[in-house]
Amino acid sequence: MIIQFICRAILLGVPLLYGSTGEIITEKSGHLNLGIPGIMYVGAISGVTGSFLYENACGNDIANMSPVLAVLIPLLCSIIGSVLMGLIYSFLTVTLHANQNVTGLALTTLGIGLGNFLGASLINITKSELPSIALTKTSSFFLTELPFADKLGWFGELFLSHDFLTYLAIIIALVATFVLNRTRVGLNLRAVGENPATADAAGINVPKYRYVATCIGSAIAGLGGLQYVMAYANGVWSNNAFGDRGWMAIALVIFAVWKPSLAIVGSFLFGALCNANNYIQGLGTETQELFKMLPYVVTIIVLIITSMRNNKQNQPPASLGVNYFREER
Amino acid sequence: MSNAKEIKISREPLLKVVKRDDMPPLKAWLVRFGTLAISFIIIGLFSMAISGKSFGETYEIMFMGVFGRIFEGKLTMLWKYLQEVAMLLALALALTPAFKMKFWNCGAEGQALMGGLAAMICMIELGDILSYPVLIAVIAVTSILAGAVWGLIPAIFKAFFNTNETLFTLMMNYIATQIIAYYLYIKGGGSNVINPVSAGNFPTVGTNEYFVNITVVTVITVIMFIYLKYSKQGYEISVVGESQNTARYIGINVKKVIIRTMAISGALCGVTGMLLVAGKDHSINANLVGGEGFTAILMSWLGQFNPFIMAVMIAIITFIEIGVAKVADTALLNSSFSSIIVGIVILMLVGCEFFIHYSVKFRHNKKEVEA
Amino acid sequence: MSTQPAIELKNITKRFGAKVIANKNVNLTAYRGEILSILGENGSGKTTLMNMISGIYFPDEGQIFIDGNEAVITSPKDAFSYRIGMIHQHFKLVEVFSAAENIVLGIDEGKYNLKNSTAEIKKISEQYGFDLDVNKKIYSMSVSEKQTVEIIKVLYRGADILILDEPTAVLTPQETQKLFAILRRMRDDGKCIIIITHKLHEVLSLSDRVSVLRKGEYVGTVNTAETSENELTEMMVGKKISLNIQRDEPKNAEDRLVVNKLTCVDRAGTTVLDDVSFTAKSGEILGIAGIAGSGQRELLEAIAGLQHLSSGEIYYFDPKTGEKENLKDKTPMQIRNMGVRLSFVPEDRLGMGLVGNMDIVDNMMLRSYRKGHSAFLERKKPKDLAMKIIHDLEVVTPSASTPVRRLSGGNVQKVLVGREIAASPTVLMVAYPVRGLDINSSYTIYNLLNEQKEKGVAIVFVGEDLDVLVELCDRIMVIGSGKINGIVDGRTATKEEIGLLMTKSKQEGAEDANE
Repeated sequence: MIIQFICRAILLGVPLLYGSTGEIITEKSGHLNLGIPGIMYVGAISGVTGSFLYENACGNDIANMSPVLAVLIPLLCSIIGSVLMGLIYSFLTVTLHANQNVTGLALTTLGIGLGNFLGASLINITKSELPSIALTKTSSFFLTELPFADKLGWFGELFLSHDFLTYLAIIIALVATFVLNRTRVGLNLRAVGENPATADAAGINVPKYRYVATCIGSAIAGLGGLQYVMAYANGVWSNNAFGDRGWMAIALVIFAVWKPSLAIVGSFLFGALCNANNYIQGLGTETQELFKMLPYVVTIIVLIITSMRNNKQNQPPASLGVNYFREER
Repeated sequence: MSNAKEIKISREPLLKVVKRDDMPPLKAWLVRFGTLAISFIIIGLFSMAISGKSFGETYEIMFMGVFGRIFEGKLTMLWKYLQEVAMLLALALALTPAFKMKFWNCGAEGQALMGGLAAMICMIELGDILSYPVLIAVIAVTSILAGAVWGLIPAIFKAFFNTNETLFTLMMNYIATQIIAYYLYIKGGGSNVINPVSAGNFPTVGTNEYFVNITVVTVITVIMFIYLKYSKQGYEISVVGESQNTARYIGINVKKVIIRTMAISGALCGVTGMLLVAGKDHSINANLVGGEGFTAILMSWLGQFNPFIMAVMIAIITFIEIGVAKVADTALLNSSFSSIIVGIVILMLVGCEFFIHYSVKFRHNKKEVEA
Repeated sequence: MSTQPAIELKNITKRFGAKVIANKNVNLTAYRGEILSILGENGSGKTTLMNMISGIYFPDEGQIFIDGNEAVITSPKDAFSYRIGMIHQHFKLVEVFSAAENIVLGIDEGKYNLKNSTAEIKKISEQYGFDLDVNKKIYSMSVSEKQTVEIIKVLYRGADILILDEPTAVLTPQETQKLFAILRRMRDDGKCIIIITHKLHEVLSLSDRVSVLRKGEYVGTVNTAETSENELTEMMVGKKISLNIQRDEPKNAEDRLVVNKLTCVDRAGTTVLDDVSFTAKSGEILGIAGIAGSGQRELLEAIAGLQHLSSGEIYYFDPKTGEKENLKDKTPMQIRNMGVRLSFVPEDRLGMGLVGNMDIVDNMMLRSYRKGHSAFLERKKPKDLAMKIIHDLEVVTPSASTPVRRLSGGNVQKVLVGREIAASPTVLMVAYPVRGLDINSSYTIYNLLNEQKEKGVAIVFVGEDLDVLVELCDRIMVIGSGKINGIVDGRTATKEEIGLLMTKSKQEGAEDANE
């Protein structure tokens, strides 16, 4: 029971982990990208479209499908889709100096529109009775467990039974932590988000860093969308099922005080909070509904605490949300 | 020496972006509406491509899709359209004072939901007890209060601890959503649906059930215009938004203004929620506002704090949204196509601000002459 | 000292806009193994000149030679490649980074290894005697530590021409002494050190040669050993220029504002005003002279109710009733409600005195919009006032509904001063009212102040141009490091006298550094 609860929490947490890792990288460059919900949605639908086309090309027969391609095609499609969204955001905010909040929100509108449009179109093509597309074959490749997962009891279930995107999410978060803290690129990126003028004076190409960080962040966030469809939803896409996970991911960034390593813990905790209502004995259904607001309440509390305590360390990047324009001299 | 000169010239960028602040407002609006016109043409071409209809036919479908047969005196579609415009406008107006103060209220959705919930509770619990006029008054007061409280919570933390309001208000949305879900569960009796309640509905004028809503929003639009432009409080909002330093210099209590303005912003969102519940749905669900809170942020920003221009912008965007959905329908595409188009149009409008605030200059090789 | 100049400037001219000439035909030479001081008053173009060497600005005319070859320096990066490093007055550091992280930021030197870099930094520190904890974060550092980081930052990049802009402005005497010791060690190591300053005793104690700038122009260079404080002062302030500013005798001067033992500590814990006492009298102009940042802004803001006082009293004597009121710990609003007619023209015109995006009419209302019980604004009177100011002060503007940020500096100032005077003040405080203004606008402002003096207003005038102060003011109070160094009679005082008073408070520290 407890093992099942933890596994479920992890499964629920992984899309958030992708989203928040992506957003942390983006925010470290000084971009508050509120387009993340849209980008994750596009990441999901791009992957779905890719695998849909591949499944059809294989005549919907799992025997014809190559496991490598079945995984690789959606993965690439997802990355391409979300990087394009990241490019739009960067172009508007870096090159055209557009307001970051407005651009992000507009991008979310666009992304959700794109997702729902493509989703509904694909559903149309399948002439399905249900308002959803099932890519269970592709999903089965994504859900392949590690060897011995079912042989090692609770250990296997807890550590080896997850889909590979879950492991990838953790790896990405750890790599991101390493890059941010232990490499020159990371140092430069953090400088760009903290004080672009200083970074500029030190010879760092601020626009380049902002473009690249935003696009990489978008790509990572988009994978969260893909993981949601392929692993959490077993390959079933239906419009709007992704819900508010994108906003939760942004909230998680604050919870994790801009540290990808903490986002791992945070996302699983959020997953657990979202899920706790199903596992706590003797809760009425109405109390369960109230339980679901826990992650948000916790986020607000974290937000307030970070702003009240004047700790300089765990603060948002100092130039978050501010575009950099080297004034004409 | 000549070597050094070459380095110098190669270092000068060919294009130079220069900040400008001298574009007259009229010209700036020309740029914005010009962009809108261009996007209109693009929409037409897009729609032509997907529907296979001619240019003219496409716009005809859009027009008919939005307004219906108004020339034959059938106004149902028009009222429906105006109702859509009015609701989005109400939210955008509610956000405007906050934005003018540079407070990013991303919580219109939640504030409206709480206002709507207050109205719903009154309708269900007090519907049989109070007389109609008293009931309406109670509904109005409670929803205004509910929205205001929801707006005040982040404002107080912003004023005293400078807590990031963007994310705070965002989170408040989801808390509101969960409260609605909770309420639906206890009142919906397992189905999580509340059937439309007849008590406390706004009156229909003739056959027109949206008349009250549209009138209320029209009044708010005018009041908001006057409030921002001609009232002392509106003036204080501008000063705080432009420069907190100046505000302190002339003795404005900045904390008080932040809190007061967010109370107003939240209260107006609460009013919108009430209009949606008592004037339209007569019921409530978590999708009451339908994400319009975010669209309203964009609209308020695009309208540049001017309620009337905001109204025009929203009318155009709503026209595009409904019209394109109809075109997509006839082309057997799904209606989400219009969300894409709206997203693109807004991004274009966001992008066009660049040409208002900056000018691009070509670098002439002046240095060469100097040598 | 080598014979080949490390850096040589020839006929450097830099303009800002069409009117302002920051540097005009400046020639300068600096050698390795020497410390060169660049001396000049505020606004004499010292910093602009050095910014051209460090790649912040690009000269309009003239040439820069490094080791005898012409150099083109268009960015700080270029400057580094010529081994030039500048330590700005405003530090360019990332607050949340450690010292080491800031030092290596932006350098591409192969594999990122903070340990190796730290070792390298320690080596530099030991070589010159810096005392620095490389792992300490910038935000928890003192100003002096931050400066150390900046210096090591340029040394780490291999700079051997170091430019320091007013390095002692923010240091205590002990810290100054330490810094000078380090600079001398670097000089002995063969580096070329250029320090920008306006403090004579520092120049005398530290440098080998002194180059003097005045109002953007190069005055001359002297060997420190062969000069004196008086000669340098004269070079710096120039011969007395007659400005012919009108100055009448004050009539029936009576105490209007009495400031008593005012002490003020800022958020960082620094004492910005230290036991300040003075009296401003009606019908006279009290000038305040001092090096920029000596507490002038804090003093005016304290009187206006914008600064929290640690101790001391501010008394206002009502001209009608003769009542004495204490303005201590009152907000600007409370001061106004007490009937104190205090007008204040702050230094930061568009960031504090006016709202740049609002038009002239709306800016007129800033002070008065609350009048009356109506919830609505009354724009008729402000509009009339705006028209009157535009007409009387000859403000050049397309209309009264033009946002003030689009006006030129002089016109912005006319709008601001016009508004403050229109409130018929009894006390008028003005901070640097002619900064950035052309001659004509400046005289308009002087005349306005004289008119107010005539009306019996007590005027407090914070200025930077000593020529103006000695011609306009009845009394001149000299402030240094938040302390009053002396009050002199404007009619008899000389610029030299004031110049010496300005630097008095740091004298002790500088003498220590002299050893």
